Amino acid sequence: MSCWEPRIENMRPDELKALQYRHLKTLVNRLYSFSDFYHGKMRAANVHPDDIRSLEDIRKLPFMSKKDLRDGYPDKTFAVPKKEVVRYHASSGTTGKPTIVGYTQKDIDSWATSLARSLTSIGLGSDDVIQVSNTYGLFTGGIGFHYAAEKIGAAVIPASTGNTERQIELIQDLGVTAMAATPSYMLHLGEVAEKMGVSIRNDTKLRVGLLGGEPWSERMRDRIEEWLGVKGFNCYGTSELSGPMFSECSERDGIHIWGDYAYVEILDPESLEPVAPGEKGEMVLTMLQKEALPIVRFRIGDISSIDPEPCPCGRTHPRIKRIFGRVDDMLIVRGINVFPSQVQHTLMSIPELGEHFQIVVERKGALDTMLVRVELKREAFTDNIVQLMALREKISYRLKNSLNVGATVELVEPGTLPRFEGKTKFVVDKRDI
Amino acid sequence: MYSKYHVKQLSIFSENRPGRLAAVAKAMKDEDVNIFAFSIAEGAGYGVIRALVDKPEKALEKLRSIGFTVRFTDVLAVEMEDRPGGLHDVIEVLGRAGINIEYSYAYSGRKCAVMVMRVEDIDTAAQQLLGAGARLLEVSQFT
Repeated sequence: MSCWEPRIENMRPDELKALQYRHLKTLVNRLYSFSDFYHGKMRAANVHPDDIRSLEDIRKLPFMSKKDLRDGYPDKTFAVPKKEVVRYHASSGTTGKPTIVGYTQKDIDSWATSLARSLTSIGLGSDDVIQVSNTYGLFTGGIGFHYAAEKIGAAVIPASTGNTERQIELIQDLGVTAMAATPSYMLHLGEVAEKMGVSIRNDTKLRVGLLGGEPWSERMRDRIEEWLGVKGFNCYGTSELSGPMFSECSERDGIHIWGDYAYVEILDPESLEPVAPGEKGEMVLTMLQKEALPIVRFRIGDISSIDPEPCPCGRTHPRIKRIFGRVDDMLIVRGINVFPSQVQHTLMSIPELGEHFQIVVERKGALDTMLVRVELKREAFTDNIVQLMALREKISYRLKNSLNVGATVELVEPGTLPRFEGKTKFVVDKRDI
Repeated sequence: MYSKYHVKQLSIFSENRPGRLAAVAKAMKDEDVNIFAFSIAEGAGYGVIRALVDKPEKALEKLRSIGFTVRFTDVLAVEMEDRPGGLHDVIEVLGRAGINIEYSYAYSGRKCAVMVMRVEDIDTAAQQLLGAGARLLEVSQFT
């Protein structure tokens, strides 16, 4: 069993464009008729579906951003009746409320097919045993790989995160050949294995790492390969798109964005005009077939470029280079997106704390640690160490709840965090990746 | 009626980093404030410096003016016999009365040893201690 659709994947570029245009037309007509949210956006931008006469006319359509999804919480941006929704996922939003992603059955199928194609393009199939070490649950990382791996007939181990010793035992005992994880977890696993006296390279069959969810460098890729004997493949996707959807093929030179599912624009973040082919810019994505939560010209915030050269693997769909950075101040900590505004929002709900805070991210060993330093209000100071400890625990607990990633909290004296033009420099990222 | 025993202790919030205690000590020196006793309690990444001084108001004002977070905490100061069993004599009384000591430290005073203690109900503790014949230092004895 595999997921190889040469009729689509090897389509001539002009045919692919024609197909994308047909999907776009259908999408715009549907949204104009059935999505109050996007209808309103189109009216405000003075665009009618009839104005879309070529694929390039997509540039007439208004942008969407994470703010639209936040303002539309929980489902005001959905474009199907509730009874057609078969699944919800949620990702941490930029402030307190999460972003809710709904799926129709077709959305679930497209998601699985897209990533299954990618896994096939790596060379994975029914002989493989794939351990999914991404978090299962509201987060899309675990379930996304799970469905795709099943679709190509591989055996799936839904290990999720944590309990690394047991993960290593399973890799050995069940003959795991591929593993989905963040690159830093892959390195962490290597370190734990060494302490257990297990060599991933010599004592296991693990050869493929389906890695993503956080920024990583070619240097990390080389280290994972040289040390562990595991070839790392860059994977891409966010919950708004459905989840992890795309990866590099066996060539490992850029991530194929399946053009029948997604249309990529690379724009200058200032002028919002397209950059020259091959240049870096802000990635803007349109999901051409998505039903429940439409994503049209979504400003995902990642900076990348499109490789204009044809891929030696024969697949004609455009490839994006690795993600070079962010247009905003979003951090990725242990594979989880963290916006400083979320931290701020949480801290502001605690009356004992001042308005200034600082996030310090470091990589200790292979894993990220996040420290949140926050100024205690003068009035809130108590001589009682136990109460101060309890306050610190309360802050940690609230942060963990809202960010889905643990943070160490440090209470500092009021007025001591460094200020720049009256504001604290929110983030100090000490990671060298 | 026990307020004369409410000794004003300085409680200073301080991050655990080099130089903070020195900054406190320098401020006391500059203001000609004498420190009878102090202790440091350690939290995680921060500490609380506690001190008994001869001019608490002046010390508080000075420390605030240089940015410290400071407050007064009422504590009891009990004289102990400087001999084996001196501590036991004092705290046995509190144990029997079911009074819990939040924290405590001691210093060697001019005449004898002094135990400084923070308890939740300071007046009940004072009453019990006095009733058992203990000697409590009065606020006026610190100035």
